[in-house]
Amino acid sequence: MDVIFGNLDLWAEALSNTLLVFFAGGVIALVLGIIVGAMRVSPVPIARGVGTVYVNLVRNTPLTLVFFFFVFGYPQLGLPDLSNTMLGILAIGIYTATYVAEVLRAGINTVPVGQAEAARAIGLPFGQVMTLVILPQAFRSVVPPMMSVFIALLKNTTVAAGFAVSELAALRATVNDAADRPGNPMEVLLWVALVFVVLVLLMSWAQNRLENRWRIAR
Amino acid sequence: MTSVLYDVPGPRAIARNRVLAVVTILVVLAAVGFVVYRMTITGQFSAEKWYVFTFSNVWTGIFKALGATLSAFALAAVLSITLGFVLAIGRLSDHAWVRIPVTAITELFRAVPVLVLMMLLYYGLPVVGVKMDAYWAVVLALMAYNGSVLAEVLRAGIESLPRGQREAGFAIGLRKSGVMRLILFPQAVRAMLPVIVAQLVVTMKDTALGFIITYPELLYYAKLLSSQQGRPILQSAFVIGGIYIIMCLILSGVAKWVEVKTRHSPKVKALQVDAEAVMHEGTDTELLVAQRPERKRRR
Repeated sequence: MDVIFGNLDLWAEALSNTLLVFFAGGVIALVLGIIVGAMRVSPVPIARGVGTVYVNLVRNTPLTLVFFFFVFGYPQLGLPDLSNTMLGILAIGIYTATYVAEVLRAGINTVPVGQAEAARAIGLPFGQVMTLVILPQAFRSVVPPMMSVFIALLKNTTVAAGFAVSELAALRATVNDAADRPGNPMEVLLWVALVFVVLVLLMSWAQNRLENRWRIAR
Repeated sequence: MTSVLYDVPGPRAIARNRVLAVVTILVVLAAVGFVVYRMTITGQFSAEKWYVFTFSNVWTGIFKALGATLSAFALAAVLSITLGFVLAIGRLSDHAWVRIPVTAITELFRAVPVLVLMMLLYYGLPVVGVKMDAYWAVVLALMAYNGSVLAEVLRAGIESLPRGQREAGFAIGLRKSGVMRLILFPQAVRAMLPVIVAQLVVTMKDTALGFIITYPELLYYAKLLSSQQGRPILQSAFVIGGIYIIMCLILSGVAKWVEVKTRHSPKVKALQVDAEAVMHEGTDTELLVAQRPERKRRR
């Protein structure tokens, strides 16, 4: 227990950094993902093409490599300085956005064709077909897989630890390198794993609840 | 499918779409152009930045690192498929004393981030006196995580089979092991092959995590190169990143090809309705778990 109470300040910082990366990355992923997802179903072929290339390219890139580009590559461009945490948030946001976009696209595809056809038959344009008919229905079937994407995002925040962001997975090094901190790597890592298991279980529980609540009777 | 969302465009829609197309092109060009412009004025394209790549032993090093990546991937892939089968069989067992621990282990491995697993093996185990090579830490962590995900994939595949298959197996006098081995698994593997290959892409991507625990794979070599003359960090990221992306694209291509292939196969066609609900997009197994209750609902 010493490893917790002797390092309470470090744990607080690590947990808040993990949550910061998670939430800020999640917001970027959602916004960018919605834009890219919309591009992938849009009637403009070029926009579809750009969306497809972006999704296929980033999905086939290891997250560690995306981090590598942002954290080590960005400072080379001589742009205004950003902290590693900020760059990490950008990297994880841009990476996760592709998964968000795919979930949205798949969600739109689960809406029966008849719905879109009926909407068009009564003369709605693309914008209204989407906002009034497709998206409200797609939203319900999107929520559970979207939660899975966010669970993956939470677990992916650990990659930031390799790039000098002081979050949970980086705690081992911090505790180990400081001479007067109690705890050995094994203890720290087991506690970190436990924190993640608890957080993930919490999110899966929320996922199940949301799913039951928004179940579509078809 | 997307084409049902809108009509064949009329003159006004065509004009509007053209404007949108031009805007898209401009935004993309502006973004790419800005990065290229910054790279130009910070001298990223100068010859000395790319100088290291003219040495043949740099390329030997890259190939060696590529070998390290591929050997970790290959062993992890084989082991995780094996573990996937073991865990899937355990989870489908009729005996509660097998099923419950295996379920707990599967859920645990899925909930812990792969990187934390790697760190536990590499930094944690020496505390209790087990020294482990970075290679084995990478392979075993990938095995544990992907094995448990594949177990879920296989289980979903078996549960999506019509009940009649299992019943017919028992009716002709096969035992439980025979029903599993001869009837259920061959069909489940066939239906789930695209998802299994897609999970291998995830395994390939996750080998890059070895970089963080100092396994000398491709990305580690990229970092190493950046301390060379001219500090070519972006350049080595581009070269190494290109290698990664090409490898993953090839594997994704295989997954896609398998998916198209299975979709047209008459033997699998009957299962396709159910399997599709499980597979969802066919590429992201994370989605799989979420889709499970939906499938049950459909029945």
